[in-house]
Amino acid sequence: MSTSWQEIFELGEREAPAPAPEPQSEERRQGVFRRLRESLSKSRQALVEEISASLFDRIDEETWERLEEALILADAGAPTTAEVVERLEREVEGGTVSPDGEAVRDRLIEILAEVCASGRRPIDLSGEPAVLLMVGVNGTGKTTTIGKIAWHLSREFGLSVVLAAADTYRAAAAEQLAEWAERAGAELVRSAPGGDPGAVAFDAIAAARARGADVVIVDTAGRLHTQDNLMDELAKVRRVIAKQMPGAPHETLISIDATTGQNGLRQAQIFSEVVEVDGVVLTKLDGTAKGGIVLAIANELEIPVKLIGTGESLEDLRPFDPTDFARALLAE
Amino acid sequence: MFDQLSERLQATLSDVRSRGKLGEGDVDAAMREIRLALLEADVNFKVVKAFTKRLKERCLGAEVMESLDPGQQVVKIVNEELTGLMGGSGRDLAFASSGPTVILMAGLQGSGKTTACAKLARHLGESGKQVALAACDVYRPAAVDQLVTVGERAGARVYEQGTDADPVEIAAWALERAREEERDVLIVDTAGRLHIDADLMDELAKIRKRTKPHDVLLVVDAMTGQDAVGVAEAFAAAAEFDGVVMTKLDGDARGGAALSVKAVTGKPILFASTGEKLEAFERFHPDRMASRILGMGDVLSLIEKAEQQVDERQAEDLQKKLESDRFTLEDFLQQMKQVRKMGPLSGLIGMLPGMGAMKQLKGAAVDEGELDRVEAIILSMTPGERAHPAMIKGSRRKRIADGSGTKIQQVNQLVKQFDQMRKVMRQMMSGKQLDPQQLMQMGGGAPRPKHRRR
Repeated sequence: MSTSWQEIFELGEREAPAPAPEPQSEERRQGVFRRLRESLSKSRQALVEEISASLFDRIDEETWERLEEALILADAGAPTTAEVVERLEREVEGGTVSPDGEAVRDRLIEILAEVCASGRRPIDLSGEPAVLLMVGVNGTGKTTTIGKIAWHLSREFGLSVVLAAADTYRAAAAEQLAEWAERAGAELVRSAPGGDPGAVAFDAIAAARARGADVVIVDTAGRLHTQDNLMDELAKVRRVIAKQMPGAPHETLISIDATTGQNGLRQAQIFSEVVEVDGVVLTKLDGTAKGGIVLAIANELEIPVKLIGTGESLEDLRPFDPTDFARALLAE
Repeated sequence: MFDQLSERLQATLSDVRSRGKLGEGDVDAAMREIRLALLEADVNFKVVKAFTKRLKERCLGAEVMESLDPGQQVVKIVNEELTGLMGGSGRDLAFASSGPTVILMAGLQGSGKTTACAKLARHLGESGKQVALAACDVYRPAAVDQLVTVGERAGARVYEQGTDADPVEIAAWALERAREEERDVLIVDTAGRLHIDADLMDELAKIRKRTKPHDVLLVVDAMTGQDAVGVAEAFAAAAEFDGVVMTKLDGDARGGAALSVKAVTGKPILFASTGEKLEAFERFHPDRMASRILGMGDVLSLIEKAEQQVDERQAEDLQKKLESDRFTLEDFLQQMKQVRKMGPLSGLIGMLPGMGAMKQLKGAAVDEGELDRVEAIILSMTPGERAHPAMIKGSRRKRIADGSGTKIQQVNQLVKQFDQMRKVMRQMMSGKQLDPQQLMQMGGGAPRPKHRRR
């Protein structure tokens, strides 16, 4: 019932080439399962996890308070928390939800899932090439996420990917992306340090066209959303892309670190004003942070989460599933 | 950085301030606002609970109830409590009496460790220390390259053994080299790690054991949410950190993580990282920061910044010129350059008392481009014109506009504003009351608002 890769990526007219069959030796398969097990047990997303039972053992005034506390501790923010809890409280008082622990819990999960599914659409890869722009604040995991997306696109759909190292600012950012490109089997277009990020994006799209590649992913320098000059530069990168290929970028994703608090809302809002963000990649969910800020982002800005990052290996990227996420938010 | 929190507290407290006496109901209402503001600022839920409880007790106590101005008293208490929460008056790094001082840096991925290492290296280098960096992040692709680049930019020696060596061994080897080369300080950069990753936390504990650091610093992203407390507790258990470096404080994050980490672990925040550039790194002053939350302004930091940049002799010169009314456009240009050396003006505005409450400044970004234009115009003038702006007429105006790539009107405007400014200064020097209308004209009106901020 979890969201699949096919649901989260929209390939359009493109005939999905069969993924390259991988020679799976016994040893490798064991490796894959070991990793899967590890990442499941590490991740708060694991379905097996129990939802805090004590939250719902009896329904009284304190239930709503404890519920508020749980959501606030998950970084869902005071306004969204109040909205969700009030709605649930009304429904229980109005009799549409029976005042029984299990029913209330199930309804809450439904409400939370509904909130984080606001504005949900698949990632648009129908362009030829499809251009994906990755933006976000410093240290939120943009470059790592790009490596993982490239790997999954080639593995799940057999697509060929070109990575554009348009972070020309941070020392060794291009080297980091080059390493991911190699691991993911993608091509890399880069410039000298301090080069023009727009030019790198431009060259990458040209290269993808010349080689008939399916997807271009543009990595940009991390920047705080309050730095006007850097935000202007980002808007310019986007304009260069749109000029090179009308309709592009087809998808702009912002990476949000799961440990981020209420500032995540500002990040999503301002990035969205500057480059029209289509979705969120929620990174670093393998820690103890629950990433509840995306609930506020979906609720107030209608920007949905599309992918989640759960570790540092190529495999550690998954389609976002609202119901799984809602469960994990309440798990202890 | 704490703008929004400060705004809310001010709104609440000015409400309390406007009444003569306050009852328990008033205090409850104020506490509710403060609680919400703190939660919105990402202060940990449990910390907020304890904080507002203490606050309420003190506010209902005799010192407020019997005071003539209870509102003012509440402001004072909130300020005191916030300062206390963030660590009193701050503390310095511990330095070794002999041999290299070792500083171990730890933190989550993406919190900004590598950059913080280089900034700290530069900061210590400024005070004459010979600093070396040890590159122990062998996991993140290109992390070593990054440290080598930023470390060299910071003027520090970088000890690295690539990515194949064991981080614990690299740290021990680097310490050995730092001793041989008689470095004053060795800063050890480690890989970002999740606090629940047992292997990596174990590695961190080993590095700590081998290098016996004088200070272990935890790097915390100012934008961190409720989980900051859990992270800090886990790092405290594994590496017994001594202090915190807050990064990305130049954003609009309200920095509640700072309050929470200190409140829960008792470890003070020692440094704040406030920008992209290596210089954007300063000692953290909890008392000043609390004042800033309340909108009382961080005047001390501003004065310090100015002291760093302004040449004492030049300042005296200027004083004399102002007194004798010999202030020219050339002096104006020099002044402007000095002020701009202090950093982006938008950052400076936040440090001024009362500015946090000024709504019209909230939405405004100081237009640095405007300043560039003013500089260009003055630079296109001859020394004679700079000394005697009155001579700038007709063809001179045209030449200056062409030379600076501006319009004649812009040149006119500058000359006019400068004239206004001289008049105001003459008044200031003579100790007369200033005319606010004149001040506005001098500044050329309110800064151009940028719609997308706040």
